[in-house]
Amino acid sequence: MRRHFAAGVAAVATVALLAACSGDPAPTTTAEGDAPAAGSAGELVIWSDAERAEAIKNAAADFETDTGATVTVVQKNFEDLRADFLAQVPTGEGPDITVGANDWLGEFVESGVVDTISLGSRAADFEQVTLDAFTYDGQLYALPYAQETVALIQNTALVGDTAPQTFDEMIQMATDAGFGDRPFILYTNGAEGDMYTSYAFQTSFGAPVFVQDEDGSYTSEVGMGGEQGLAYARWIQANGSAGTGYFTDTVDYDIGNELFASGQSPFIVQGPWTIPTFQDAGVEVAVNPIPSAGGETAAPFVGVQGFYLSAQSDNALLANEFLANYVATDEAQQALYEADPRIPALTAVAEDVSDDPVIAGFLAAAQNGVPMPNIPEMGAVWDFWNAAQIALITGQDPDSTWTSMVASVEQAIG
Amino acid sequence: MSVGTRTAEHPPGTPPDRPDERAPRESHARDWRGLGWGFLVKLALMAVVNAGGVLAILSAYQVGAWVVLGALVVLLAAADWIYFARRTLPLKYMFPGLVFLVVFQMFTLGYTGYVAFTNYGTGHLGSMQQAVDAALIQDERQVEDSPEYPLAVVRDGDALGFAVNDDGTVRVGTAEEPLETVGGAQVDDRGTPVAVPGWEVVPRAQLFSDADLQAEVVALRVPVSGDAEDGSLRTREGSTASVYTSRLEWDPAAQTITNTETGAVYSPSDRGQFVTEDGERLAAGWYVNVGFDNFVRAFTDATYAGPLLKVAAWTFAFAILTVLTSFGLGLLFALIYNDPRIRGRKILRTLFILPYAFPAFMSALLWRGMLNAEFGVINDWFFLGANIGWLSDPWLAKIAILWVNLWLSYPYWFLVTTGALQALPGDVMEAARVDGAGRWRQFRSITLPMLMVSTAPLAIASFAFNFNNFTIIYMLTGGGPAFSGSSTPMGSTDILISAIYQISGVSGGRADYGLASALSIVVFVVIGVISALAFRQTRKLEEI
Repeated sequence: MRRHFAAGVAAVATVALLAACSGDPAPTTTAEGDAPAAGSAGELVIWSDAERAEAIKNAAADFETDTGATVTVVQKNFEDLRADFLAQVPTGEGPDITVGANDWLGEFVESGVVDTISLGSRAADFEQVTLDAFTYDGQLYALPYAQETVALIQNTALVGDTAPQTFDEMIQMATDAGFGDRPFILYTNGAEGDMYTSYAFQTSFGAPVFVQDEDGSYTSEVGMGGEQGLAYARWIQANGSAGTGYFTDTVDYDIGNELFASGQSPFIVQGPWTIPTFQDAGVEVAVNPIPSAGGETAAPFVGVQGFYLSAQSDNALLANEFLANYVATDEAQQALYEADPRIPALTAVAEDVSDDPVIAGFLAAAQNGVPMPNIPEMGAVWDFWNAAQIALITGQDPDSTWTSMVASVEQAIG
Repeated sequence: MSVGTRTAEHPPGTPPDRPDERAPRESHARDWRGLGWGFLVKLALMAVVNAGGVLAILSAYQVGAWVVLGALVVLLAAADWIYFARRTLPLKYMFPGLVFLVVFQMFTLGYTGYVAFTNYGTGHLGSMQQAVDAALIQDERQVEDSPEYPLAVVRDGDALGFAVNDDGTVRVGTAEEPLETVGGAQVDDRGTPVAVPGWEVVPRAQLFSDADLQAEVVALRVPVSGDAEDGSLRTREGSTASVYTSRLEWDPAAQTITNTETGAVYSPSDRGQFVTEDGERLAAGWYVNVGFDNFVRAFTDATYAGPLLKVAAWTFAFAILTVLTSFGLGLLFALIYNDPRIRGRKILRTLFILPYAFPAFMSALLWRGMLNAEFGVINDWFFLGANIGWLSDPWLAKIAILWVNLWLSYPYWFLVTTGALQALPGDVMEAARVDGAGRWRQFRSITLPMLMVSTAPLAIASFAFNFNNFTIIYMLTGGGPAFSGSSTPMGSTDILISAIYQISGVSGGRADYGLASALSIVVFVVIGVISALAFRQTRKLEEI
């Protein structure tokens, strides 16, 4: 008797299990079948990093009410967005819109995954550098929302808040304050090199990484060779282990920030993302444009973030409507700024938030800057460039190191 | 229970239930006696498997992944057949393993092999049709001084058109009919046409709720005039229009793109790009089969050959030295701490294993900090604060890598050899002692050979693992310091796998997955051959 009962229970359980399992696919198919009949407005899929997701959802709420479309925001790591977008748009699995950085553009265009966009008359309201950053071969490919750059951060308790105009002036200020050993922190990512952070010093010698044409678009002509480039190389070498010793190959991200936060050195070139670390450590900071080392304007890279539209989007009209009339608004840009304080791309919003002296400092630095190159050739530069920086800091011959680096870059980009 | 029942269970003449007399015993799969517990459990499990399988098949069907769908159907059918048929006993045990083998090993290998023969990578990611789309998108440009016209989408039966407000005059056109002024139209206060005689204005709400209509509107180009040179109106979001021109024309029949301005004809090349006869190319490409090109490039490209040779030599040195040093140190400590006279052996042994228990990438990062020339504790504590560039000198960086990897892996060998030592037969050792062998002789002639029988295969596995030990290289030195004056971004501590990561551009910049896959296959073959040869050698060890 017991055995029969148990068998019965098992049978019922099995049937229930089967029912439960077979129940799963059924609604999916029905939903699929109903969708076109109901005339749904479609679904916009937007990829975003964690910081921006909430602000995008807020902008999407009005859009959803107005158009009846649904907006799904998919959160990903910012670093993964680029590769995932490249891999998935061609397979049809990609989003309609993704958040991204301007230096991805060249690769996106070559791979045919992005659509052009138009800001119409609204374009005049954006900082020009942010539009240039997303312009490739004369076409605009993304709606910019923020820009960021590195700037000179100084510890006001140690050296006051006067902005040094030249590199030598900065060294003098630090030496006078008793920091002759390490007047300035050059972040080099340890022994790997980091030309992103030190690029402004190179441009102050008039040696841009790639030559820009008259409308500001980068060409694939390497601009680092020649006498200006060599002058810069000699300058690094003269401040490395073979010279003054101000530059070392030992400063990685944490060490550099720690040296500054603990008051062991009064000047550092870093981005806005390090400011909270310094303020939490109780350091009073002033942010200023990077001083010139070679006489010309020290122009750092300005990285711009924006919204890319997929070339394979089935909802291009909705996506354009969302970008042009819901994300490009002052309110939405303000909300994006509040979600993650980076310099807004809309001039009016940027000026609005500039009463924060730290933001104003970074904005001033950015106004000196040049857009981060968006041509695909840029990817081939970093490894050689960074390695040359380290070689010079560790005292190798500047002329041959720099010349062979430029030759390697030219060969790599073909 | 009555006596009758008892008789029914043991009919006269049947031997009593004594298993030892029924040899050979029939497999339990064959003496199925009805709905037993085992069967019910099996039924339940198979129900789950089938439900999951059907769900996966349906979702594969929805996204149109036909290869995946086919594979799923075959696997599911095979599972049902194997677990419900009577004749498939061995397969019942082997099937799950086989599925894992196919999904995780064969598929990965096969797919890598497939990619190695294509030019899949930056600029060659999608299909030819997508490259055409991209070329047309990238070519269509807004006319420089084009104003933004307020726009309404209008319809007359099947014909879809744009009504734009051109400075107070409403003009209407369709794909075939250029813009014509329409009298009597009304506009709202934003200038958008709301009523156009002869046309039905499509309300915005209707536009937003109809995906097909949206696609039509986005694709619609309305010529401004009879002259194509003047361009066409285009809308992106359905409320304003601007004038655009495009120069490129796609001819699907001839599979060519023509530039109407210069007359240049771009035809598809065998490298997956549109090129003219003068070699001018369009930006976007698609991926194609390139045969053995990637393999040829890996071996013959002069820029890679020299540095790759150095990298290969270091890879072998790194893998072999790591195994030798960590095996030696682990064995030494195992011999010492195997001595029963040592007190607290268990605690000490546990402590020895600690480095092995840390995640390798964490340890590598910690060591990177400790080896920092200026701020690291290694120089401060052991080298009188000297600025020794452990990570920036080519030879010191190699030593640093070997040292850290020794630190990471000797506990493993300590663990393995301790176990092996304890499993050595005591009588053989005693016999050796009785025969007058000294400690060194005992170790050389008895302990080590017998240890090798059980540990040599592990040493080969360890060699293969370290040959591809990407983590330690990437986390500790990033392959640096870079070869000075080299035309490839490789460094003194790069091993093959990290060099592949660098030169294939997968790390950033122009990714070339085809070349990366081809190189990975070469590395796989190298490791496979070495391991196979080494395993043959170990058989000799067992003949002692």
